Amino acid sequence: MATAAPTTPAPGTGNASTRALLTTADTRRRLTDRAMTVVVSLAFAIALVPLISLAWTVVSNGIGRLSPYFLTVSMRGVFGGMDAGGIYHAIVGTVLVTGAAAVISVPIGIMAAVYLVEYGRGPLARAVTFFVDVMTGIPSIVAGLFAYALFAVFFGPGVRFGLVGAVALSVLMIPVVVRSCEEMLRLVPNELREASYALGVPKWLTVVKVVLRTAVGGIVTGVMLAVARVIGETAPLLVTVGVIDSINTNVFEGRMMTLPVYVFRQYAQGLVPCTEGATDCIATVNIDRAWAAALTLILIVMALNLLARLVARWFAPKAGH
Amino acid sequence: MAQRIDIKDLDVYYGSFRAVADVGMTIEPRSITALIGPSGCGKSTFLRTLNRMHEVIPGARVQGTVLMDGVDLYGSGVDPVAVRRQVGMVFQRPNPFPTMSIAENVLAGVKLNNRRISKGDANDLVESSLRGANLWNEVKDRLDRPGSSLSGGQQQRLCIARAIAVKPQVLLMDEPCSALDPISTLAIEDLMAELKDDYTIVIVTHNMQQAARVSDRTAFFTIEGTGKPGRLVEMDDTRTMFSTPTQQATEDYISGRFG
Repeated sequence: MATAAPTTPAPGTGNASTRALLTTADTRRRLTDRAMTVVVSLAFAIALVPLISLAWTVVSNGIGRLSPYFLTVSMRGVFGGMDAGGIYHAIVGTVLVTGAAAVISVPIGIMAAVYLVEYGRGPLARAVTFFVDVMTGIPSIVAGLFAYALFAVFFGPGVRFGLVGAVALSVLMIPVVVRSCEEMLRLVPNELREASYALGVPKWLTVVKVVLRTAVGGIVTGVMLAVARVIGETAPLLVTVGVIDSINTNVFEGRMMTLPVYVFRQYAQGLVPCTEGATDCIATVNIDRAWAAALTLILIVMALNLLARLVARWFAPKAGH
Repeated sequence: MAQRIDIKDLDVYYGSFRAVADVGMTIEPRSITALIGPSGCGKSTFLRTLNRMHEVIPGARVQGTVLMDGVDLYGSGVDPVAVRRQVGMVFQRPNPFPTMSIAENVLAGVKLNNRRISKGDANDLVESSLRGANLWNEVKDRLDRPGSSLSGGQQQRLCIARAIAVKPQVLLMDEPCSALDPISTLAIEDLMAELKDDYTIVIVTHNMQQAARVSDRTAFFTIEGTGKPGRLVEMDDTRTMFSTPTQQATEDYISGRFG
């Protein structure tokens, strides 16, 4: 028995009015969509211009001087337009001073963030949040003067050594660490805390083993970004750590060179007045060294960022399936 | 190991707001007690007072007594952390720890408390808890996979396994099936029927059929209006409650006339 199949119109025909309804272009919407796409893409391109330009300038100017030799010697005994000298002492200084700053700031920052998220209530927590925000805006030179003044009280005027610089950088770093860790801790779902409490786990163990453990990827990223933020600071280190041409690995005594200060110093020295016909004199050597050191600094920051991503991925909650 | 709970004159507050007023009831050991009632009537709030999870919320407090085998859970010197080890809890949404594997989730109560456990004991505990939660056969080949790799119903049974691994006396369940499909719900209900041989179970549910299916006794809560506290209307054997309740409000709610 043949049942009447519902009449399906052939493709391409169909009800004319429905077709008109579905195909009429909303011209205005399309135009707005186009225009906004163009504007947004343009803004992105404009934002990229300085970045690419900067990267290109630093690489093209710095790559010439950058060599294993440059990375492994200090400036001791280098003068005039000599084709010698390097940044080993500045790398050591930057690593030690920034490392010491991180050692000071990271525990304080994380614990302050834990306080704000897990324990802080009422006026005290609001005050801490307020002052953290204020500290984020402190000009770096003020942080340098503060650290210098603090140590000058104990060691007398003119005091300069690595730890003073580390304290100055900590003043800049702590608010950044607190802020980013706070965000990360707030992202941890409350359900996990409750699940932990319901198993009879005390609060402090819940904080350490559930909250911090769940947020550790984000915390590491935040700490690395904070390090990247202060590793390029120049003014506070100029005031607190000073300059030196030789290697100093003791942050508790004596001046140290750091990469940003090195760049500043070399660039400030400017062209070397070479005598006519001198073969071992390069007029632009100081400026070349400055660019090469700047390139090294950028590479270090980049390496830190990559490391942060790797660590964050390593600790990230395992995705399902 | 199951124990009886007597609640007397219990008032529960959020700050100055009284959320639940004047509750008195007895929860029998080795049985399932269901708490039913319309949304916002304080069932979950009341449930959370039974293992002192209520006070985790800032400003929340409790007046009255909750006696477990005659000991007041809110008496002086009682440690809320110790209470929670005796009274486990399963939440509405499955919440396995995302950084832990299936086995680690089961052992969470031990591991998070920094208690030492030998490898063999740990394996035994994982197996017995997962068997207890009817999950062993489904996950025994992938114990080191993350807990979040399981389906919603499996995750909820993992949370039950995690709760019973601590060996509590009482198990509180706050709408444990509301985020699950009917098949997973059935699996959890079967599990509850098995667990009641060993544990005192209190379950909050919005699903009256579920209350009728699984529970031995049922308590009906209601609220007179917004801003007023929730109250216990009546409590009786589930069969009586669903056939011949003594209160008109209970009958109206059960027959679907409100709520």
